[in-house]
Amino acid sequence: MQFIKDRFIYLFKSTKGLILVAIVMISIETALFGMLSGPMADLGVRDVVVRALKIDLVHAEREGRIIILYHSIAMAVVAIEVYMITSLLKMKNFYRTVARAFVTIGYLMAMIFGMAFAYWGHNWVLHGLYITGLSLIFFAGVFLTIGLWPWDKEYHIVDKAYAQTRGGVDMERVAFFTAALTTLISSFFGAIPASFYGNGFETFLAENIVRYPDKSVMEYSIIGHLHIMLTLIAVMLTLIIGRWMDFKGILHKIAMPLMIVGTIVLNLGVWGVPTPLEPVAHMVIYVGATPSMLAALGLVIFGWDKLIRTGVAGIKKPTGWQKFKALIRDPLRFGPLWQMVFMNFTVSGLGILMAVRLDEVFRMWPAREERVELTGHWHVLAAIIATIILLYYGDMLGFKGKLRQWYGWGIIIASNIAFGAVTIFEMKRLFISEAEQQPLVNTIIYLMDFGLGMLLVILALVMFWRLVDLFNRKGRWKTEEKQELSGEVK
Amino acid sequence: MQRTVWTLLLLAALLSSCAPVNLNATLPVFETGVDPETWALIPAGEFLSGQFNHQVAIDYDYEIMITDVTVTQYVAYLNAALASGELEIVDDKVTGYYTGDEFRGARHEVEITAGNYIYVPLDDPASTFRYDGSIFSVKSGYENHPMTNVSWFGARAYCLYYDYRLPTELEWEKAARGSEDGRPFPWGDEIARNQANFYTTRDPFEDMATFGSRTTPVGFYNGLTYDGYQTLDGASLYGLYDMAGNVWQWTGDVYERMHYRFMRGGSKDSYEMDLRIWARNNATPTYYSPGVGFRCVRTPLK
Repeated sequence: MQFIKDRFIYLFKSTKGLILVAIVMISIETALFGMLSGPMADLGVRDVVVRALKIDLVHAEREGRIIILYHSIAMAVVAIEVYMITSLLKMKNFYRTVARAFVTIGYLMAMIFGMAFAYWGHNWVLHGLYITGLSLIFFAGVFLTIGLWPWDKEYHIVDKAYAQTRGGVDMERVAFFTAALTTLISSFFGAIPASFYGNGFETFLAENIVRYPDKSVMEYSIIGHLHIMLTLIAVMLTLIIGRWMDFKGILHKIAMPLMIVGTIVLNLGVWGVPTPLEPVAHMVIYVGATPSMLAALGLVIFGWDKLIRTGVAGIKKPTGWQKFKALIRDPLRFGPLWQMVFMNFTVSGLGILMAVRLDEVFRMWPAREERVELTGHWHVLAAIIATIILLYYGDMLGFKGKLRQWYGWGIIIASNIAFGAVTIFEMKRLFISEAEQQPLVNTIIYLMDFGLGMLLVILALVMFWRLVDLFNRKGRWKTEEKQELSGEVK
Repeated sequence: MQRTVWTLLLLAALLSSCAPVNLNATLPVFETGVDPETWALIPAGEFLSGQFNHQVAIDYDYEIMITDVTVTQYVAYLNAALASGELEIVDDKVTGYYTGDEFRGARHEVEITAGNYIYVPLDDPASTFRYDGSIFSVKSGYENHPMTNVSWFGARAYCLYYDYRLPTELEWEKAARGSEDGRPFPWGDEIARNQANFYTTRDPFEDMATFGSRTTPVGFYNGLTYDGYQTLDGASLYGLYDMAGNVWQWTGDVYERMHYRFMRGGSKDSYEMDLRIWARNNATPTYYSPGVGFRCVRTPLK
């Protein structure tokens, strides 16, 4: 009994245990439900899984299933961010505890009951429990936001190396607070239409209606919601990585106000989408995205500069090659920042290209081709967010030496191959005709499958090790029990 | 040594992606026994429309072709219409006149003015017909395949030439689904690989290692066995073939505030989700592709 109690306390009370549980849940869900589509469906694996697990794949409910699937994975990611924030930042114990308790129960309920409802028939009790889970996550957000309140004197800072107001208000904390508060508000833009469309399971995927000139307020609201929520998860993660790397100095002082303004303006733009301001909303979103991305660029420059400086410390006149080697010597600290840069090729750059050449190029193609670009680029963004978390998690695990190199570079290379291939797949019509595409598509698919497969293998190996470790009385879990991320800021 | 092997393997994989595709690869020839000149009567009445089964009524009878228009049929039209002066050949394109749409200036709306528009390209290697300067002819083996690489203008013109028209989306949907239930596929609730031509169905016309998917003859999925390949009957309740898969089918609706034209049915390149009866695709009316064709409707003959 004590054996189980100790492990339970580690898994559900310690920061690293909670993060591990969430990663495990995402891994299981990804592995299981990833077998229902794409190459797994082509290979016939889906049919076997459906039969073995008695999954009920009603064709008319595909869109609803996918929406619940996305939400349940996203909620676990949100939970991971909550654990990280509450471990990295000072916070009153009450808010920390309640936020963690609510988000944990919430995401587990959303994931378990949501997926059960979506894939194993319509028991409305399950749906109710799913919604309860989502609601708990919302309330976790409320407590987190209150806990982050930056104007509490307790959280004022004196170290002039960090962005702050004249009164000592921590601008980084303001950025966290802004992201948390706007996330809460933006959740309504999904919750209200969801109540409307979810009533009777009558729903739609945004990528299927983008070309319709007349959309309802609810439809606009959902389009805005899905964009901003993913963006806010990315903003929050950027701030988390910045804290982990002890982001400070002049770039911090420039970046934090930019991130705050960017987050607010981005949200204002998105909130304008379902209103009569919709025609100018896109421009407002661009205006908001620019400072946010500049803030992230500030973090990348700071982080890479720090890696180089640390790496060449002791060398009097380092050469360019030595600096480069210093930059990439630690994939777990180089990686998250590189992934942010790489995102510009696969997500932001693509989005800008699409926006600029939409009518001349992309809308000359059939809607189903445009759908590939739309779904592709945000799948990549979501996956990049996941890889950044995994790289940070690798550092939390204390990987050293070759293991650190293999794990870090494995994730970076595998994900970059997969996401690069996805991007080529999205854009293939620019350089190859439909009739002649098959050999190229085959290679792209192999690269995608290889990259994603390797990522899953790495993840599976780590999860297996963590499982075995739990049976060890003095395993890694015992060390992690009391560790907080704030103690690992470097 | 090991590094060299890996580099060579990677290089070989990348080079293979640049391999040219033989668009004239040998095509199996099968007779399906389905006559493309046959029409099905769709009686007036209610049916369940869309993904969420909203009850809708069409208050008139109409007839619809039981197959997509074939290459043979379209080539016959091209020759006839060229002879009667209804077509023009300009810059390797067969073009014809369209009266234009009302333009309302909506965002992203492109004005379709009166003028000549492309029906089919003559210089596209994926086309399944030839033009020798005076006569159109079918590329061997494609006689009973659906006509593809045809724009919405070209599809509409074919139908109008014979006093038919393109089906509205609603007409198309009712013909595909019937009036009995809210089935997702023309034949019922589930889909099997050998019931329709969609992505990686492994039919005799497909080779994913080289040219990828190709169209199957109209009515191919009718329960017959072709050279060892057993098909399931994919006919709809009204006896229509290929209402799911093979080629997307142009429909005739012209909607306000947008220039896009809509297609139904999914194609040889679609995943099964796009073969569901309510799935829609759209493109500019000048768009053509090896995965897009059409069929016509007409008022019942008295």
